[in-house]
Amino acid sequence: MTHPSSGEALAKPAPGGLGRLLDHRVLLSIAVLAILPWLLPSKALAVNVLIYGVVVMGYNLLFGYTGLLSFGQAAFFGAGAYFTGIAIGRYGVPWFAAVALAVFLSTCLAALIGIISTRTRGIYFSMVTLALAQLVYYVALQASSFTGGENGLRGFTVDRISLFGLQVNFLDPVNKYYVLMAFAALAMWFQSRILNSPFGAVIEAIRENEQRARACGYDVERSKLVVFMLSGAISSLGGCMLALHLSIVPLDILHYQTSGMIVMMVLLGGARSFFGPFVGAASFLILEDVISLWTPHWQIFVGAIFVLFVLFLPKGIWGTLLDTLGIGKARR
Amino acid sequence: MDLSLIIMQLLSGIALGAVLVITALGLTIVFGMLGVVNFAHGALFMIGAYAGLYLASLTGSFWWGLLLAPILIGAFGMLIEFVLIRRLYGRSIDDPLLLTFGLSYVLVEGVRIVFGSDGIPFPTPPQLVGVLDLGIGFFPRYRLFVIALVAVVLLVLWLTLEKTRVGLIVRAGARDPTIMQVLGVDIGRVWLAIFGLGVGLAALGGVLAGPMRSVNPEMGSLVLAEAFVVTVIGGLGSIVGAVVAGLMVGISISLVALFAPEMATIVMFALMAVVLLIRPQGLFGVRGRTA
Repeated sequence: MTHPSSGEALAKPAPGGLGRLLDHRVLLSIAVLAILPWLLPSKALAVNVLIYGVVVMGYNLLFGYTGLLSFGQAAFFGAGAYFTGIAIGRYGVPWFAAVALAVFLSTCLAALIGIISTRTRGIYFSMVTLALAQLVYYVALQASSFTGGENGLRGFTVDRISLFGLQVNFLDPVNKYYVLMAFAALAMWFQSRILNSPFGAVIEAIRENEQRARACGYDVERSKLVVFMLSGAISSLGGCMLALHLSIVPLDILHYQTSGMIVMMVLLGGARSFFGPFVGAASFLILEDVISLWTPHWQIFVGAIFVLFVLFLPKGIWGTLLDTLGIGKARR
Repeated sequence: MDLSLIIMQLLSGIALGAVLVITALGLTIVFGMLGVVNFAHGALFMIGAYAGLYLASLTGSFWWGLLLAPILIGAFGMLIEFVLIRRLYGRSIDDPLLLTFGLSYVLVEGVRIVFGSDGIPFPTPPQLVGVLDLGIGFFPRYRLFVIALVAVVLLVLWLTLEKTRVGLIVRAGARDPTIMQVLGVDIGRVWLAIFGLGVGLAALGGVLAGPMRSVNPEMGSLVLAEAFVVTVIGGLGSIVGAVVAGLMVGISISLVALFAPEMATIVMFALMAVVLLIRPQGLFGVRGRTA
């Protein structure tokens, strides 16, 4: 049976020498991230780019590749962070087991939210995901004996971690960066595998034309649910990274403003492109850093810049760059 | 539990629901006509409250604030449609949503610059201070006024939409804008007016909510989520749905607060989840458009 989807076409390298580079997108992305701490003004900024990059990358699977504009991704980012922190701080779970457990539990949460929200379509989906994520926010606020309520989660520390018998000082920013980068690399590899699989072709088919994908015999509803869970899983890994990095989890992480920030980042960088989320996270965070140096009201500028991007540069920085260079038309 | 207490709480719920109805109505009318979900709706609700407060202190009377703020902010909404949103018709349905989301950042931060980040108390108008004896208990006069005013606004809106020529054009435009254009109606002007009306309703909701909640730059974000829940339950684009769902949400928040206060904020989301599992298009929604 031949697949009517664009799976075969997508697997073909884009024409031109530059286009062939995209075959190695995971390795190239890792290479860029490896030198990032030396490109940016501070190591703390680099760690944040890493964390938000992973969160936004997971979100891009949903928004960029499947075309589902969710406004609730903060729920999974926050769940990853809270579950990691609670597992380490309250139950003394080793850090790597805590991360695995947190991603698993967050994926279950994504399944629950996904079952309800993927029943709806279009703009409705955006509103429902936002509302359900707000529900998660209020639950975390109310369950203060577990989550610390308004004060956020405190009282767990990750200062020294063991890696294959090796003791790594996690307080050293460079060590921390590279340990967290291993997570980011894993997430990238995973995402690239998803996108290259037949399932990756199905979700892009759903984005291009849902009716047609259904007519082709694909189970659109189940694919949406699965992609919602995968997206939640990857974004929650970013949350785990944040918990390890900060040793606290602020409640704000679950607020819908965080979801909005994730949406802004993916659009600034470029939805539908593999590396765009990292570009978006970096540009947003740099913008925030620079503008907040001379005014506390940085959000007014970030909002205005975002509006300009929606109006004039909907493909974002990275997407527009790839287009200008004429590469990655078929494959990002 | 005493019955009169439950009835009083029910009335409180209707007052709370009335503000939700007005706010969600603005969201739903704009979606029904323009196909735009206005993510800045909560921010405009908040600006409406500030405008009401400012105009009331400028003129020395709450009533001027109540009258002028929706008109002024509605006109501002028309400016937004004309300058920004108009460019996005015909593009992806996500684009207006994203644009208004960015706009909400600008608006909220703008208010912080002008009025500061702290909440400002919104005094209840002197004629409506105090409580009224209803025979079974005492009820705040202001809340009764809110219920009555919302009922009047709903009646006027309904009569306009159902009985006038303008309403006919609006309803036809929602069904098929192209045919309306062929018939010689300037549909762009209709959309401009509808967006202004939607924003004006958000502002009216803000002024009405002012004396019941404290006025602060963040008040819009909570309201946006509430308005979303109401429109989702009622069915996006349905006016009847917004009214029924708004009252339903207000009453359930109020009644749950009586028995389990910590569940009060959560109950409306649970309500939404249940409705979606049974009817993905909402109670009065049209299937096909959204689910």
